[in-house]
Amino acid sequence: MEDMIFYDRLQFAFTITFHYIFPQLTMGLSLMIVYFKWKFLKTKIEKYNNAAKFFMKIFAINFTMGVVTGIPMEFQFGTNWAKFSELTGGIIGQTLAMEGMFSFFLESSFLALFIFGEKLMGQKLHFLTGFLVFLGSWASGWFILATNAWMQHPVGYEILENGKFVLENFSALFTNPWLLPAFLHNQFASVVTSSFVVASIGAFYILRNKQTEYGQLFLKTGVIFGLISSVLVAFPTGDWNAKNVAKYQPASFAAMEGIFETEKEGAEIVLIGQPNMVEKKLDNKIAVPNILSFLTYQEWDKQIPGMDQFEKDELPDNIPALYYSYHIMVGLGTIFIGIMALSVFFLWRKKLHKIKPLLWTIMFLVPFPYIANITGWYTAELGRQPYLVYGLLRTSDGVSPTVSSGNTLFTLLGFVALYMLLGLLFLVLVGKTINVGPRHKTH
Amino acid sequence: MEIFWYIIIAVVLAMFFILDGYDFGTGIIHLFFAKEEKDKEVIAKSAGLFWDSNEVWLVAAGGMLFMAFPTFYASVFSGFYLPLIIVLWLIIFRAIGLEFRSQFKFQMWKDIWDVSFGVSSLLLALFFGIALGNVVRGVNLGGVENGVSAHEGHYFFLPLWDSSFSPLTEHPGVIDWFTIIIGLISVVTLAIHGANWIILKTNSTINNKLKGVIFKLNIALAILTVFSLIIWQSVNPNSLDNFANKPYLLIFPVIYLIGLVGLFFIKKIKKDVHAFLLSSLLIVGGITSSLASLFPVILPSVNKTHEHLTIYNTAASEYGLSVAFNWGIIGFILLIGYMIIQKRLIGGKIDNMDYGH
Repeated sequence: MEDMIFYDRLQFAFTITFHYIFPQLTMGLSLMIVYFKWKFLKTKIEKYNNAAKFFMKIFAINFTMGVVTGIPMEFQFGTNWAKFSELTGGIIGQTLAMEGMFSFFLESSFLALFIFGEKLMGQKLHFLTGFLVFLGSWASGWFILATNAWMQHPVGYEILENGKFVLENFSALFTNPWLLPAFLHNQFASVVTSSFVVASIGAFYILRNKQTEYGQLFLKTGVIFGLISSVLVAFPTGDWNAKNVAKYQPASFAAMEGIFETEKEGAEIVLIGQPNMVEKKLDNKIAVPNILSFLTYQEWDKQIPGMDQFEKDELPDNIPALYYSYHIMVGLGTIFIGIMALSVFFLWRKKLHKIKPLLWTIMFLVPFPYIANITGWYTAELGRQPYLVYGLLRTSDGVSPTVSSGNTLFTLLGFVALYMLLGLLFLVLVGKTINVGPRHKTH
Repeated sequence: MEIFWYIIIAVVLAMFFILDGYDFGTGIIHLFFAKEEKDKEVIAKSAGLFWDSNEVWLVAAGGMLFMAFPTFYASVFSGFYLPLIIVLWLIIFRAIGLEFRSQFKFQMWKDIWDVSFGVSSLLLALFFGIALGNVVRGVNLGGVENGVSAHEGHYFFLPLWDSSFSPLTEHPGVIDWFTIIIGLISVVTLAIHGANWIILKTNSTINNKLKGVIFKLNIALAILTVFSLIIWQSVNPNSLDNFANKPYLLIFPVIYLIGLVGLFFIKKIKKDVHAFLLSSLLIVGGITSSLASLFPVILPSVNKTHEHLTIYNTAASEYGLSVAFNWGIIGFILLIGYMIIQKRLIGGKIDNMDYGH
């Protein structure tokens, strides 16, 4: 039984990690495409239109990847987590079905029109289709986050005698206090990814001395969007989420912050250290006293419960992974703000395109927002353990009762092989698109 | 409310098989009949422009099934674990075949993705037919062996095949000679449908030849249909009871027959769109007849210990279904709106449309 859950969890973790490489870019990028298109409508300068169309090509490749890796996510609820689906389908089926109906249809219908319809529709309608693609992709995020928010902090339900969760209050799904902070945090984080990608392509063009007109535009737009979104991810949205975790999932909060023992005089904030699960302490710890209590409750000596306050079966089952995910996310987020603030400063002094070390940094920074986004999701998902529905349905009780671990391992290996191939093809195609650049005409 | 959602999901599924069905059929025709690069390109394009917005119907059907009939969703998706995951893989190969073939200009690259598109389309058509065959045949709910259940009564697990390949054993696999025949019917139907789509949307040089192909495939389909009905009787002697008890349900087999008979006149049909509508009737008729023969059952049990899964014993709560009714109506109106806009802008032949950028 243990093995069975292990492979099911690993397969879901692997497929969702790979899937989330793509939507995090498309959600943020759609906003920037709308911005470029709007700039073009206002100024009539052709380069903004070319920029919008260039990034729509990159968007389209990512969208295809997102679709083909997204369908397995929907199916896996049933294939690998049948018991969970059976018990909670009446509730999270609502938000998932709405995602398909309201956002996915919108996004895919108007994406085709944006790509093929510029001449047919005229510029204003073309802008509108771009805007609808943006709306569809952000609505997708909203419904998926509503689903996840219910699992993190279940609301509006009733549990029947046979263990089934029944919807009692539909609107509660969308007024869930977990939802709005998580949604905003997630969306700004996706803008971080897209703006770093845009800035990185800009830096690449400038450093290669190729299409430098676009290089300048992408770099400028990228670092400005990058600074704004990096700040918004940390404050207020990141702060808001951390407070929610402290309030609704105190055991996860203790684990992700690495607080093994409760301190009566207020909790310290851990910057660096390795969880030692045998001795129940952090090795090589560097921490600042009382800061965590202040950040969380605005009181220096507020007591925050440590892991010693919780039963073992209430604590997340992989504390080191949770702790590292959280600290990697926070650490990267802090570095992002620093680099983007520096870049915007030099941009304002009109020197950014000449400072080579900073351009190289921006260019090679591109994997890190992806890592920050994905470790952020790991923090949420590992933190919810050992539950699927927090406090109510344990992960071990949600798995499919009839699928053996041998079958799960078989499909896991298949997914790994197939996604390696997909990843390789993706890189080749995006690389080719970037290399050709925005000025290229397809006719 | 259960019946409302049952009908909606049936409609969405039928839409998926009409729309993405022509993509599968296009792939099958592409695999066997497209020889010149110019034809290959335009035929791949006639699917490539549309597959992603067509696949949305599958996502919608999955989501609605999850919401309205969670117990059925959980039972079927875990019970048909391997074939479903294989279908997911095939969907990926189909998609990348279409999306990647035009990315580089050399022939070897295109050949690789043509095979990926063609073979995965063929296998998808086969697997979807086999899936329908399994639902019609029924499964060993509860995993009963010698009167002892291995699981709860609404769960089961099917291996891909049983060494006898017989639907009449105690443990039929996913693939047996009955489901294979339904799979072949699906392949032939979708090949006809895809050929009609190619004729409708392109000026490929094989369009005239394809009409002959459709005629021949239609003969095969008629034979397979009769054959499957006879076998169906031996697999499940009560298979036609629903039609006898509720004669108005016969409308669905009649829809199928109109499509089948109509397509014999393929060479005389003036408007390409009429032929396409006839093959759409085949798909609609085939799916609805199968569903109607079972209604209100959605997954029959082949043992006596556990009752069939029906729309009533697998549905979500009444409140949930009613709330979803409200947003479902809004969603459907929007959806039809998008489709009209899209079809108006990308209507007509697509030979000269830019693609692959």
